Amino acid sequence: MQTVGAKEVGEVGVGGRLIAWLGRLLVAIVIPAIAFGVIYAGFIFLRESDAPKWIIALVAIVWGVGGVALLYTLFNGLVERLPDPWQARLQPFVFVGPAVAIMAWYLAVPTVRTFWLSLFGVDGPPEEAFDLSLGLPGLINGFRTLIESSVGIDNYVSLFAQRLLTDAMRNNVLWMIFGSTFSVISGLLIAVLADRSRFERLAKSLIFLPMAISFVGAGVIWKFIYAVRPADQPQIGVLNALLTSLGGQPNSWFAWTEIIPWNSLFLIVIVIWLQTGFAMVLFSAALKGIPGELLEAGRVDGAKEVQIFFRIMVPYIQGTIVTVWTTIVIFTLKIFDVVWVMTGGQFGTEVIATQFYRQRFVARDSGVGSAVAIILLLAVIPVMIYNLRQFREQEAF
Amino acid sequence: MKSARRQKYLGGLFVNGALLLLCLLWTIPTLGLFVSSFRSRLDIQSSGWWNIFPHQAWETTAVLDPREMGLDASGVMSVEGAQATFEELRAGVTTPDGKRLLWVGNRRLGNIEVQEQKLTVSWDFSLTNYQQVLTGKDFEFQNPDGTIEHIKGDDMTGAFLNSLAVAVPSTIIPILIAAFAAYAFAWMRFPGRRWLFIMVVGLLVVPLQIALGPILSDYNALNLNGTFLAVWLAHAGFGLALATYLLYNYISTLPRETLESAFMDGASHFTVFTRLILPLSVPALASFAIFQFLWVWNDYLVALIFLGGNPEFEVVTMRLADIVGSRGNDWHLLTAGAFVSMILPLTVFISLQRFFVRGLLAGSVKG
Repeated sequence: MQTVGAKEVGEVGVGGRLIAWLGRLLVAIVIPAIAFGVIYAGFIFLRESDAPKWIIALVAIVWGVGGVALLYTLFNGLVERLPDPWQARLQPFVFVGPAVAIMAWYLAVPTVRTFWLSLFGVDGPPEEAFDLSLGLPGLINGFRTLIESSVGIDNYVSLFAQRLLTDAMRNNVLWMIFGSTFSVISGLLIAVLADRSRFERLAKSLIFLPMAISFVGAGVIWKFIYAVRPADQPQIGVLNALLTSLGGQPNSWFAWTEIIPWNSLFLIVIVIWLQTGFAMVLFSAALKGIPGELLEAGRVDGAKEVQIFFRIMVPYIQGTIVTVWTTIVIFTLKIFDVVWVMTGGQFGTEVIATQFYRQRFVARDSGVGSAVAIILLLAVIPVMIYNLRQFREQEAF
Repeated sequence: MKSARRQKYLGGLFVNGALLLLCLLWTIPTLGLFVSSFRSRLDIQSSGWWNIFPHQAWETTAVLDPREMGLDASGVMSVEGAQATFEELRAGVTTPDGKRLLWVGNRRLGNIEVQEQKLTVSWDFSLTNYQQVLTGKDFEFQNPDGTIEHIKGDDMTGAFLNSLAVAVPSTIIPILIAAFAAYAFAWMRFPGRRWLFIMVVGLLVVPLQIALGPILSDYNALNLNGTFLAVWLAHAGFGLALATYLLYNYISTLPRETLESAFMDGASHFTVFTRLILPLSVPALASFAIFQFLWVWNDYLVALIFLGGNPEFEVVTMRLADIVGSRGNDWHLLTAGAFVSMILPLTVFISLQRFFVRGLLAGSVKG
């Protein structure tokens, strides 16, 4: 495109070249300006408009998706108008820039910012400390204010001293151990069984289905299972109906405060129900990758099916098991929705993420809330290091 | 030989039996909710949903008027071969031939119902619950004792549209951005390429909680809170690392010759990307799209933080959680509401399961 344009310009002479240059300048400035104008107008429309819901939804979709595509085309168009060496230098950043900028803004930089906030009190660092208009003395003064208002590691100390996090951490450990173990075991069991059944597809689809259900939806589903009514009325929850038909007294399961912390298990079941499908799919694919001769050789040697499972299958898919296990452990570490919707953290079911939400957004304590978030981050760092090491090992990059 | 076949048959029976049991265990929770969403409010409250299966239940076969029969309610009465006082009849008395007698109403005006055990099904299904949860109107209910009760419905239609307006751009925007980045990482050489990709890998497991506070204060400063743009960008930000990583894995394995011949023909990177790479990557894009769509549609926390201040833009998960919190015993609303929130992800999931599984397997290389 570039070369063709240049040739044409060359043929028309100086005046034409000037017009072409002006034209380009116009294109380079006016079109982006119009584009930004349209995007901004869309933004205002979405924020202020009281048009019917479905129109807003439609405009939102077209505006959001179209806007991004438009921005890329524009910036790329601008860069392609530059002389060649500059184009080669800048174009990669047009491609990679937005992704890197967004990731940096939304995940990388916030880790540092949250740590910074965790060193200050309820309202965060004093704003006047960053007033640059006072020049160097102001800056030094501001620095002093910062140091003075910092609470150091007090937030972290109080997390443990006031036992804000001890229950949550204990519960999270339960979540991580039981949630991941049972998801892995049941996923593996179902994968092995399904592999030998004629109804493999159907069975796998049924087990997999809960993956499409939100935690809030799953919360409703299981609340209905655990529903409890007074003993003299018919029970509408499956579990209590079973219990009363066997002669027991109806129970409030996850609100069963006498067995704290084990009542969390009734919530953990929900995540096992949701995540088994995920584990099953990965295991199923891994099992199908075991060479048939290996299994055949085991059978010829007279190994029982159970032995084949533990001696051949499990060691063969070890890598997948570890991956699934870590994925679910990280997942349960961050668990929030289920607990928040089912109990709101009552009955001793608090976890780290609900405590984070409570401190940061309900109690509006920027310092303690950020400290809780940092604890969450620290917990995933081993996995992050493992990932990075794995990445460095595959030298293909 | 015969015993070997027998063993195989028994083994198959065991496998399928165990599988059936597990499938039932996994399906019953959803099935119970689904069935209940079509039962009337009164039915849900008074009997378990499993009553839709044939079961033995007491059914009234005759109504006796004690005054006509000349019975004295203050003493022992003799009815259908049983002797009982009023109090006993109120609690229910079993006659010698297995019927049950029940006094309904007060001592002076009540009647005696004769009940027999019969095989019944309670199949009174309707769409009323869905009407209530979708239209936002008030509804009248008649209680068994004749009183009329007004119950507010719920407006999930609006929430459904909001979810759509949140989920579609939140799915497409990060995929588009990630595809550009993945292409650059795979096919362009630029300074910092390796370090930037290491950042992507490092960010894969960073919990999004770490970002909620700082981003919320940025949004406050930019006056972005409670807008769709705020949620789109947040979902893009939290999904980009995985998207870039997965798409890089795919795009970097595309055959080099195809691209090189395109460059020979004078195509620019942009043309190659839009005309060649995007169409070739459709399977990977689709897998991640389903992944991200389900994640965004089912998300509760991000919407709660960034849209929480604006009830007009509430999404389905927030709406549903609100009903759980404020009207936790209105099961007729909860059951139907839960299904309204699930219908789209379930449809997407069932119809595109193949792509979803492929995406999961591709992503399984790393957590």
